[in-house]
Amino acid sequence: MNLLLEARGLHLKFGAIAALDDVAIDVSAGEVVAIVGESGSGKTTLLRVLAGQMAPDSGTVRYLGGDVLGMTEAERRRLMRTDWGFVHQNPRDGLRMGVSAGGNVGERLMALGARHYGNIRDEAKAWLQRVEIDAARIDDLPRHFSGGMQQRLQIARTLVTRPKLVFMDEPTGGLDVSVQARLLDLIRALVHELGLSVLIVTHDIAAARLLADRILVMRRGQVVEQGLTDRVLDDPQHPYTQLLVSSVLAA
Amino acid sequence: MTILLRTEGLGKTFTLHLQGGTRIPVLGGVDLAVRAGECVALSGPSGAGKSTLMRCLYGNYGAGAGRILLAHQGRDLDLARADARAVIEARRQTIGYVSQFLRVIPRVSTRDIVAEPMMARGVARVDALARASALLDRLNLPERLHGLPPATFSGGEQQRVNLARGFGPRHPVLLLDEPTASLDAANRAIVIGLIDEAKQAGTAIVGIFHDAEVREAVADRVFTVEPMQDAA
Amino acid sequence: MTEAGYNFAYLDEATKRMIRRAILKAVAIPGHQIPFGAREMPLPYGWGTGGIQVTASILGPQDVLKVIDQGADDTTNAVSIRRFFTRVAGIATTDATGEASIIQTRHRIPEKPLAENQILVYQVPQPEPLFKLEPHRAETRRIHALADYGLMHVRLYEDIARLGHIAKAYDYPVMVNERYLMSPSPIPAFDNPKMHQMAALQLFGAGREKRIYAVPPYTPVRSLDFEDHPFRPIRAPHACAICGSRTSYLDELITNDAGGRAFICSDTDYCQERQEAPKAAAE
Repeated sequence: MNLLLEARGLHLKFGAIAALDDVAIDVSAGEVVAIVGESGSGKTTLLRVLAGQMAPDSGTVRYLGGDVLGMTEAERRRLMRTDWGFVHQNPRDGLRMGVSAGGNVGERLMALGARHYGNIRDEAKAWLQRVEIDAARIDDLPRHFSGGMQQRLQIARTLVTRPKLVFMDEPTGGLDVSVQARLLDLIRALVHELGLSVLIVTHDIAAARLLADRILVMRRGQVVEQGLTDRVLDDPQHPYTQLLVSSVLAA
Repeated sequence: MTILLRTEGLGKTFTLHLQGGTRIPVLGGVDLAVRAGECVALSGPSGAGKSTLMRCLYGNYGAGAGRILLAHQGRDLDLARADARAVIEARRQTIGYVSQFLRVIPRVSTRDIVAEPMMARGVARVDALARASALLDRLNLPERLHGLPPATFSGGEQQRVNLARGFGPRHPVLLLDEPTASLDAANRAIVIGLIDEAKQAGTAIVGIFHDAEVREAVADRVFTVEPMQDAA
Repeated sequence: MTEAGYNFAYLDEATKRMIRRAILKAVAIPGHQIPFGAREMPLPYGWGTGGIQVTASILGPQDVLKVIDQGADDTTNAVSIRRFFTRVAGIATTDATGEASIIQTRHRIPEKPLAENQILVYQVPQPEPLFKLEPHRAETRRIHALADYGLMHVRLYEDIARLGHIAKAYDYPVMVNERYLMSPSPIPAFDNPKMHQMAALQLFGAGREKRIYAVPPYTPVRSLDFEDHPFRPIRAPHACAICGSRTSYLDELITNDAGGRAFICSDTDYCQERQEAPKAAAE
């Protein structure tokens, strides 16, 4: 399988605390990898380092063979606008709240040189529908959307340029349970339909089970267990994984 | 006929860290071979490890010892040692699993749930949906339920969705864990028919059949899973 | 005779040299904003201190200076600035566009096409075209450095979505040399096409914001637009009430309390020239 992202030997300390302690991870084309762990496990730090937003103390991150950590700001921005996408936990961090839904979705297209207003608008409408937002709301501001809608808008804005690899940081955090279910299913369907690779950080084990092919369990900066999602969740080997899985309340 | 799935010295021990590291050996030295067109029924008392063996065969449980060799794309793949991507590929193409419990994905219709593994194998969406509907009809699942997500279905209805999903893709190897558990006599007969057809098509089947009637109808051979002695 | 106690053109020579260095950098990178050490000038911010400092730095004894404000030579600001330079530099001044070597302007480009030996100095209140869209200067600097201008296109998209057309009537954003997004200063959008491939050197000075930028002669300057909403220079659809021009930018004057109005050329010198031309044909 096509290796998209490969990281080895990642170390990062914040003072005395090891946020990343010899972490390695791979993501291949078309696969969904979940990083689960509790607060302070280092999972969000790992995501940021992999996305080139934070530098580790040591280690390598390569995307399609190229060095991510050594990229210039210009290269990183270009990558983030084309091949990569980043879905933030709080949609306000990933949207322009003062710009209409259509403007938000169209921005990446315009940044890449799209110059036909009608086409940009049509593409924005199509994407809104794809994330189950009524296309009639294309000119509405995101601040008038519900949390779930804002998150779906963020997803549309990210996927409009058909990135190969999407980083997701707790995409369902802070949403109502029924809204979460809808969002997870939407993500699942889009990943499937578009053949995306996704690296998703979540503390929600059920979401990981639903979406991920492989799962990494992190604790105190270390990857304590990883493998096939259903294997790790149904037959956990590491004591911490066993604790995590047994702690999940069944509905 | 060729052996499509075999185990060599398969062992599985559970270590319960939350219970002070208690070790529970469930399987030890299991040597099982299943041929194309053959149905092997696992037998043994409750708790002997039949389900554990099934899950190991599917890669759902990690094997502690031994090998699990699957004839996959012209060569033998050791599922006990294969990485996650290889297991996913093996599940997509070669080995299927019908469990007792249906994993319900919210908002996806029954028909789509059944069609999905077929499409993963390369069947065109239109054909996959048609075959899905046909299987669901055959299993007597009312038409009006085909378009609904199965979350609210009864146990028996969910079981039939599971069966349709399992038998649709026509995997060369099929694992059936209590396939008729929640079904009435009429539907049990239909399942027997599905299993027979699969055998005719050369499918290697491993099954746990609680129901003696079904077991007698489909099993070519019985493999007994011996419960292990309690270890210290 | 120039005012005693002042260096030629008010600024000391070291300051002029510093500003000229900034100008050279600006000319070398068309459209890119160069910071400079703006000095205390004898008039407040918002009254053209940037333009005055640029003019003062390039002015020589042989130069002929024209100063216009909204196209007119005879408004208060134009008169003040022209008088200032007369007092501190003693240079010749003129109203005639064709006779000036340096033209300092607030908010208009002269109608008469400029020549290679002329310099147009613009007074700029806000040099940052992204100012209203991105409040952080560090971020706007990054945007310019990376030519990451999606934000501006979004603004134009929003205008069309909300209003059916791009709503910028003045200070309409332009791409200079297909590289830098630039604010042309609050000239009417109508004037933007004049900047494209202009034969004269264009210098821009912002005193309060302490930035200088430039468009060298014969540089491509393109107003941002969409393929299906192309840029159109807009003027009042009238003829000048005095000279009859149908192509120059017009000011609308209220003539009486009964709502009477007249449209006359904003560029006073242009209007004057047309009036004096013996056989001025109505366009």
